[in-house]
Amino acid sequence: MSALLEVDKLSVTFQLPTGPVMAVKDVSFSIAESETLALVGESGSGKSVTSTATMRLLPELARATGAIRFNGENLLEVTPRHMCRVRGNDISMIFQEPMTSLNPLHRIGRQIGEVLTKHKQLKGSANRQRVLELLNQVGIPEPKRRIDSYPYELSGGQRQRVMIAMALACEPKLLIADEPTTALDVTVQAQILDLLKSLQAQYGMAILFITHDLSIVRHFADHVAVMRYGEVVESGRTLEVFDNPRHDYTRMLLDAIPRGRKEPAPADAPVLMSGRDIKVRFPLKKRLFGKSEYFEAVRGIDLSIRRGETLGIVGESGSGKSTLGRALLRLLKSEGDIRFEEADISGLDKSGMRPLRSRLQVVFQDPFGSLSPRMTVGDIISEGLKVHHPEMNRRQREAEVIAALEEVALDPAMRNRYPHEFSGGQRQRIAIARALILKPELLLLDEPTSALDRSVQVRVIDLLRDLQKKHGLTYLFISHDLSVVRALSDHVLVMKEGRVIEQGPSETIFSNPREPYTQALLKAAFLENEVAA
Amino acid sequence: MTTDNSSITAPPGAAPVGESLGRDAWRRLTQNRAAMASLALLVLIVIVCVAGPWLLPWGLAEVDWNAFGTGPTLEGAHYLGTDANGRDLLTRVLYGGRVSLSVALVASFVSLVIGVLYGAISGYVGGRTDNLMMRFVDIMYSLPFMFLVILLMVVFGRNIFLIYAAIGAVEWLDMARIVRGQTLALKRREYIEAAHALGVRDSKIVTRHLIPNAIGPVIVYVTLTVPKVILLESFLSFLGLGVQEPLTSWGVLISEGVDMMESAPWMLLVPSAFLAVTLFCLNFLGDGLRDALDPRTR
Amino acid sequence: MLSYTLKRLLQAIPTLLIVITISFFLMRVAPGGPFDGERQLPPEIEANLMAAYHLDEPLPMQYLRYMGNLLQGDFGPSFKYKDFSVTELIAQGFPVSLEIGGLAILLALLVGLPLGIAAALKRNSTVDYLVMGTALTGIAVPNFVIAPIFALVFGVLLAWLPAGGWNGGALPNLILPVVALSIQQIAYIARMMRASMIEVLGSHFIRTARAKGLNEGEVIWRHAIRPALLPIMSYLGPAIAGIITGSVVIEQIFGIPGIGRYFVQGALNRDYTLVMGTVVFYGVLIVLMNLIVDLLYSALDPQIRYDD
Repeated sequence: MSALLEVDKLSVTFQLPTGPVMAVKDVSFSIAESETLALVGESGSGKSVTSTATMRLLPELARATGAIRFNGENLLEVTPRHMCRVRGNDISMIFQEPMTSLNPLHRIGRQIGEVLTKHKQLKGSANRQRVLELLNQVGIPEPKRRIDSYPYELSGGQRQRVMIAMALACEPKLLIADEPTTALDVTVQAQILDLLKSLQAQYGMAILFITHDLSIVRHFADHVAVMRYGEVVESGRTLEVFDNPRHDYTRMLLDAIPRGRKEPAPADAPVLMSGRDIKVRFPLKKRLFGKSEYFEAVRGIDLSIRRGETLGIVGESGSGKSTLGRALLRLLKSEGDIRFEEADISGLDKSGMRPLRSRLQVVFQDPFGSLSPRMTVGDIISEGLKVHHPEMNRRQREAEVIAALEEVALDPAMRNRYPHEFSGGQRQRIAIARALILKPELLLLDEPTSALDRSVQVRVIDLLRDLQKKHGLTYLFISHDLSVVRALSDHVLVMKEGRVIEQGPSETIFSNPREPYTQALLKAAFLENEVAA
Repeated sequence: MTTDNSSITAPPGAAPVGESLGRDAWRRLTQNRAAMASLALLVLIVIVCVAGPWLLPWGLAEVDWNAFGTGPTLEGAHYLGTDANGRDLLTRVLYGGRVSLSVALVASFVSLVIGVLYGAISGYVGGRTDNLMMRFVDIMYSLPFMFLVILLMVVFGRNIFLIYAAIGAVEWLDMARIVRGQTLALKRREYIEAAHALGVRDSKIVTRHLIPNAIGPVIVYVTLTVPKVILLESFLSFLGLGVQEPLTSWGVLISEGVDMMESAPWMLLVPSAFLAVTLFCLNFLGDGLRDALDPRTR
Repeated sequence: MLSYTLKRLLQAIPTLLIVITISFFLMRVAPGGPFDGERQLPPEIEANLMAAYHLDEPLPMQYLRYMGNLLQGDFGPSFKYKDFSVTELIAQGFPVSLEIGGLAILLALLVGLPLGIAAALKRNSTVDYLVMGTALTGIAVPNFVIAPIFALVFGVLLAWLPAGGWNGGALPNLILPVVALSIQQIAYIARMMRASMIEVLGSHFIRTARAKGLNEGEVIWRHAIRPALLPIMSYLGPAIAGIITGSVVIEQIFGIPGIGRYFVQGALNRDYTLVMGTVVFYGVLIVLMNLIVDLLYSALDPQIRYDD
């Protein structure tokens, strides 16, 4: 089979004010017609730069050398005019950000139709007819109505479908999909992947699939190329690479799946925290006078968690899981009873809660947003000590900070540095140290690993597990990532639209889900493979 | 910027000091040649305006009976000429600079204090209070403010303290909006939530987390308010509503210069040049600061 | 849309009331009165005049009387321009100010927007530095410096154009004041457009437009300009209201019979009714301009809908 796209020793250098930075080094791969190649790597591996270079959409300060041959023609050498005829026509692209990739001021019909006018000179009713057909194909309900919608009227998944319709409009020979499902909920992810697969069969196009998610690769790609630090470290047929990885990095990536199960807490452990009929609502429209409208984020939830246990709270975005967590820690106003060690804490005010704060700690999702950017790491970690141990002097606090940093496997010498000097995984460790220094009993972990690369994720999970064992911590673990929840939790609570859909012991939920929604979640997360593995 | 583990490891015991965001921004600012040149020129203008009048042989209202409306000359040490009343123009421009710059600083400071307090309270308290406070700002926005300032000047006389207060009272609205926006955005940041979870008191959260992180846009806005205030003051002076004799300001001098434009053009050009260069530098510095504090906008 | 417009207009009423009230009482606490001319009037004549204009009544009474007249659309007579009512003065002056101001804004948009776009497209190039440097000069040199220099250079020294006067709005008389008035606006608009264009050009949907195979011209024309104009719109509302109500400076320097000078003169002369008239007029205009801008905004941005 002849290659449709052949990337040959591609290098991309960014001319930054601080000096040249080489983002892609001597990358070579090729894709045959109607084949799928997955470019896999963690953040900063150069996979997106490679795909953007193929479309010649790199920013001006980037220089690409080598060759990108499409049907034998080197795209790095053709004129800009010629490149415009290739883009959207022979090669099209969909992106990671469905929410912002469509022009907010144009109707979606016009945005799709524009490609047809440009490349196929299709105008008027013929154009509209084809757009309707495309919308139908990508599974937009009621295309006749939706064709005149604006992007803001569509959900993220629907917007990504519109992007796909736009990309497919001219029946391209190659579709570049740059993390097309990363920003979407798992169930939507599965739908979009199915859609891409069936459209590929229908149109016979090749796909260059850029992703960090190995489970997608296994299901989706014929070939895979693994990238790290701008280089391809290993490539080959997907199954061969997965079954028999030759490069250490590939092996590490494949291994970076949270494994193991939590040892159950003793059966007679006392209940540490419980909630009854918890409700949280947010005002939607604030009115100066009169009645306000509310959005009910949490609609009456009962739960209890015993000492030493981990309760996993699972749900998609908007399910209310994070809101529930914050409400339990009294970081948000809520209705209903919250008990901590038998005592009702739902009525306590700020100063009433303060003594309890050291026992109830939290680690947030965003490692970039959860550390105050203008404080040193040492000041960040010791802030809680100043509140709860005012008797400590500077020296004692510093000793505690050093101990906490060592506990989370960070070099204590880093304590005078600022958060922006650390990587995502390191910041998350700092956030854990900030919570641990107070010796809490209950730790709320709100998607603590979601923003991290898989390999980093696994290490943070191991750390959390060790800490739990060592200090007998109780975890309230919130996540959309089912494999992580499974590896850490005793009990699982599945949430949807502010309600609990299903709950029970972790093993039961994962091996024998009752509710269709839970089943769909599990299926979408590709867990069936890992169960077998 | 993320750094990998190896480069951050230091010998045990030593704890190297990292680069704070402030230092980082300062470094970026010093690399911006236009901004640094502007800063240097501004410092020079301030020094000259403050110290210059003591070094010059002529006083503010001192009349040289040998030189009425002469152009720039070394004779009699009138380096930039004299006005129609025989007063040394350079001396007057420097004295005027003191007034214009002091109005700029004081009025900007007034607007800064009102705006930051108002905006921070509105944003941090939120809810109905925020609603009411912002509705008030909206109303203020649709007031014909220039009219009110003029009216104030007419009513209470042309007093320099009134100019400070009146201009400051006009300019705080934008500041309040900016600070409120910042506060609202910061309030939702996870590090503020984390501080709540640690049990940190509200007052500490405001001083330790909120203000240091909201300060960037405020600084930028202040550097852009100062030239606006200078312009406003000179506009009032031009209308004859500015500071009164014997005091003078760049605006007053410009308006005198306009009247004498044909016979003594230096009387218009000299104060205009001082004003323009100052405004130019302040704008450049403001742009430079914005780029330095928010590298994304580059 | 209609009900939204009505609601906005209703909301403006308290604002206007506050403005009127503040101005009214501020004006009256000022020392002096409308009849303090150079020539001291005999006391009985002054008393007669005061009575004729109801200035002898207690202040609250006068306030109520003024508001009552205002409700009937009567701004009252001018104290200074004795043969004219305030309404007549505004009716005479406003078209002049509107013409000069409207042309200046039009010129500012025609010049400022393309300059801003050009600077954004050629970011950090000579074009960019040149445009932005010039724009900064336009901001740094106030129009009361620019206008007299214009009048001197083009009107007196070169004598290409009349240095002043209105002449019934003849074209040569319009050019200098319009250009002088527009310079600062050109500078603001160019700077704003550059910043907003740069932001839009960096957004994801522009990348999508390029990935579709559109050429740069199509990307910019069809996808970048409209979103980049949105922030300019919000600036334009108050700016237009300010400019068409007349620039005191420009009208004074070029001797143009607009309404800009009425306010300052009126305030200095204690011409109570004239000052109040201009305040009310300006207040109403700013409310209307802001409303028009918001409605236009919703026409440009489909996400903003004023249904309730």
